[in-house]
Amino acid sequence: MMDTVAGTTRSRGYTFAEKALARAAGLPSAAAGQVVDARPDVALSHDNTAAIARIFRAIGLERVAIPDKICVTLDHAVPAPTARHAQNHAEVRAFVREQGIENFFEVGRGVCHQVFGEEALVLPGQLILGSDSHTTHFGWMGAFGAGVGRTEMAAIWATGELWLRVPESIKVIVTGELGRGITAKDLCLDLIGRLGADGGLYQSVEFHGEGIARLSLESRMVIPNMMAELGAKNAWLPPDEAVFDYLAERRARRQKSDVGSQKLDILANAIYPDGDAVYANTHTMDASRIELTVACPHAVDNARPLREVAGTRVHQAFIGTCTNGRLEDLAAAAAILKGKRVATGTRLLIIPASAEVYGDAIRLGHAQTLMDAGAVFGVPGCGPCMGNHMGVPAPGEVCISTANRNFKGRMGQPDADIYLASPAVVAASAVAGVIADPREIE
Amino acid sequence: MMVGKVWKYGDGVNTDVIFPGKYTYTLKEPSEIAAHALEDLDPNFAREARAGDVIVAGRNWGNGSSREQAVTALKYRGIAAVVAKSFARIYFRNGINQGLLLVTCPEAVDAAQAGDMIEIGLPASLIRLGGREFPFPPLSPTALGIIEAGGLVQHIRRKLGLASTEAVIVSSGE
Ligand code: SF4
Repeated sequence: MMDTVAGTTRSRGYTFAEKALARAAGLPSAAAGQVVDARPDVALSHDNTAAIARIFRAIGLERVAIPDKICVTLDHAVPAPTARHAQNHAEVRAFVREQGIENFFEVGRGVCHQVFGEEALVLPGQLILGSDSHTTHFGWMGAFGAGVGRTEMAAIWATGELWLRVPESIKVIVTGELGRGITAKDLCLDLIGRLGADGGLYQSVEFHGEGIARLSLESRMVIPNMMAELGAKNAWLPPDEAVFDYLAERRARRQKSDVGSQKLDILANAIYPDGDAVYANTHTMDASRIELTVACPHAVDNARPLREVAGTRVHQAFIGTCTNGRLEDLAAAAAILKGKRVATGTRLLIIPASAEVYGDAIRLGHAQTLMDAGAVFGVPGCGPCMGNHMGVPAPGEVCISTANRNFKGRMGQPDADIYLASPAVVAASAVAGVIADPREIE
Repeated sequence: MMVGKVWKYGDGVNTDVIFPGKYTYTLKEPSEIAAHALEDLDPNFAREARAGDVIVAGRNWGNGSSREQAVTALKYRGIAAVVAKSFARIYFRNGINQGLLLVTCPEAVDAAQAGDMIEIGLPASLIRLGGREFPFPPLSPTALGIIEAGGLVQHIRRKLGLASTEAVIVSSGE
């Protein structure tokens, strides 16, 4: 492919990031390193919407420019645990009402990243910017998702656009198949452990290979979500039939239109990198060699094989978050906990990522299985992921969690140790009372 | 075209040494913030830097915290630009949005020595140094406009016809 970018002729293809940001900026092409003015298709915010609204008003405006592109959930501290949180929620509700923002989701609907996928509010090839660092999540469907600051979100509300630097890209080729009991979470922790917390700094991380195509959609969602912990700006997985079907059906339901035409429309807008695109780095991972992996305190890249930390006493086990609070995660936990009990001295907290997940888990019997084993359920949302409420560990306690961050104090208690693992490992650890291998739980 | 003296630093300079965390919640005045710029990296810098000087550094300048003072400390100290091999992502955005010119140009970094005079040409996107020229990826009109306006909030006010010469102070709060 020959093209002229910034006055120089180049003879190579384009990465996903180059194509997606050129599209969002209305340019014929864009090259890594170039700064473009991009118009996001979706602007995501959550409980921080009230703080952004204050910055927005300081700009001196009355009305947001893009009410139909703004999507808001209340998810970070729900239902309001204190009067201050309640006040914040009230301000968010008043703002969305005043501004005519229709895509607003109340307390209990679920975590923003999960909900906007379920509602098919984001589509392949689109640009979603969010005032949340895990907006990288939307790469599971082949969208460009990136986190921005609050001042920047106010700027997007005001003008509908934001400047973005087109990132360089890393290619991760996943070959082979994950072994028994090994999940996408292990793959991510392994990769972050190898490359480090800045291993994908500022870059767009593209995943390729049959190891990705084999994964369920829910497993795929884990990957770009976790890539925020590699320092990445965004991550991308190739959208396939499964993605198009999932989104087309949900979009058709919401818009009361037919699935077939929705699917054609979605498919036509998907973006794939060229075969001869240039990458800053290429890594090949053989999925069959990945072990059960745990991130140890207090950094996500402090990843170790589970066998090295097995036996560590666990006080609280937590299954939930936008990373691993979906139906297959609850099903995996139920399969391990069926007919067993959570160990004495250990508690198991489960917070479904959304109301839809919760409903499905009830319908399919997983919720009853888990409750029979002694698990306790919380309202769909972020739960204790960032220490707001509902499951803060005590000083000196150990929590094993399915979340994406284990920084010191992340769950509201600086004097607690947080380990990150897959839902199966967390469930097995709840049964054993110590960090345990799910394949060894009988 | 801006011309300034080079202050040269290495790879991986993090936000803690650019602006120590212990001052994050106590210092509010620009002059106080500027007085601690690069304190734990180069104690001479805050004393001796002159308005218009340029920092030239290696990879991953500004990694670590998202604190905006790591940008504003340099801006308040009068630094015209930072030229680096690469920037940490949030630092880069904070820089432009706070009106500090950040230039990614590894070749110029390798060629520059402390004390050299460096010229940065905008919008030509060209560095001149020791008789050599180094092009760098162009900034968009928006990014340039933000820098010229003195930051993102002021830029938007200007763009929307709400311009005033007063700086608008906003805090993203918590
Ligand atoms: S679940 Fe955790 S990581 Fe996900 S959006 Fe909520 S606080 Fe952030």
